[in-house]
Amino acid sequence: MQTKISISNLDFFYGKVQALHGISLEIPEREVVAFIGPSGCGKSTFIRTLNRMNDTIPGARVEGEVIIDGENIYAAGTDVVALRRKVGMVFQKSNPFPKSIFDNVAYGIKINGIHSNKTDLKDRVENALRNAALWEEVKDRLNMSAFGLSGGQQQRLCIARALAVEPEVVLMDEPASALDPIATQKIEELVVELKRNYTIVIVTHNMQQAARVSDRTAFFMLGKLIEFNRTDKVFQNPDEKLTEDYITGRFG
Amino acid sequence: MDHRIIDQQLDHLRDKILLLGGATEQAVQRAMQSLVERDSELAKQVLEEDKIIDQMELEIDRLSIEIIALQQPAAHDLRFVISVAKITPILERIADHAGSIAEAAIILNNEPHTKNYVDFPIMAQTATEMLRSALDAFTSEDAALSREIIERDRLIDEAYRRVFSELLEMMIDNPAATTGAAHLLFVAKHLERIGDYVKDICELNVYLREAAFIKHRYGSPTPPSE
Repeated sequence: MQTKISISNLDFFYGKVQALHGISLEIPEREVVAFIGPSGCGKSTFIRTLNRMNDTIPGARVEGEVIIDGENIYAAGTDVVALRRKVGMVFQKSNPFPKSIFDNVAYGIKINGIHSNKTDLKDRVENALRNAALWEEVKDRLNMSAFGLSGGQQQRLCIARALAVEPEVVLMDEPASALDPIATQKIEELVVELKRNYTIVIVTHNMQQAARVSDRTAFFMLGKLIEFNRTDKVFQNPDEKLTEDYITGRFG
Repeated sequence: MDHRIIDQQLDHLRDKILLLGGATEQAVQRAMQSLVERDSELAKQVLEEDKIIDQMELEIDRLSIEIIALQQPAAHDLRFVISVAKITPILERIADHAGSIAEAAIILNNEPHTKNYVDFPIMAQTATEMLRSALDAFTSEDAALSREIIERDRLIDEAYRRVFSELLEMMIDNPAATTGAAHLLFVAKHLERIGDYVKDICELNVYLREAAFIKHRYGSPTPPSE
């Protein structure tokens, strides 16, 4: 197991409010890591520190280190655009651009100048759509608006958009919470499929989803990492009583 | 949260398996009593009540599956349901052995008294005590007690070997007693098997408590999960 992301002693502040307390955690390459915990526990804040998505929040401050492939992403001089290309993100609510299906996926490729010519661009779009398990459903209507797709398809389009710029890590913040069970199942199958090539971090409120798709699970509470273990261990015999209380619904 | 929906069902499951345990224990004890006291009526009662035990097993199976399907238990809840689902058929099999002892008793009670049953009550007492302790250890989730009970199985095995040689000698010395001795040999074997089953229950008690499988560990470590 090779570590892809190494986080040590990470604190995060929204102004004077400390949202994360001394998080240390190693995310292995090409595995799925799930973050679980009650609302407000800091799991979404934490996942957003992994590609500096919190930078834009006024008063936000980070202490500690996030090292990806040996480099601290909070070091001065870090190219944040390049970082976000390497560490892509998919959000809870699918947010396609008001453009065609093709252009949604092509957008990132174009602005990053990844493609060599028009044919290459087409190939890359097709490839990303295939990797997001959407190609067969949209190949005959690539020029139609993305808004014509179903919720589940829109979410897979956002995954395709994230994959198009060739990331190494994909962060997913509740990617299936607004989807019906069938669309959810597709996303989950996709997550398991994607880990062959990508390192995946997924925030989910659905504990069965964490159990189904992830190799490791991190349980957060009140901004602290309570437990990080193999998922089978967490759901059968967690080390921490707090984890057990949470996954068995004893919190109240 | 004080009252989870699952709690009520888990309590229900616990009650059911303890009732099954009690019925099983009583079946073993009465089967042996029917043999020692040559009471064929009691033996018939044991056989009759085995049907109730079979029904209890089905009911626990149904409830265990329902909890897994509808409540998706995790961690200790999951281990509890799994333990119950695995202990239940063991109890049912112990009751089957009690039934077989009762059947043997009915036959033996029609034969002349061939042997004083000194070792049998000891074996039976050890087996029923082990069973009772195993069920107590299950209720209190006492892994240390469970490990002690596992050790006690040795006593039954020793008694079995003793009884086996005695009965063999008896058959050689007195061919007329062969039929009776053969049935007694089966009774001894049933008691020996009950001891083994109690051991299996204790191993599941340890799983319930520690999430560790201690079965089939002949000195070698379990393979690592990673």
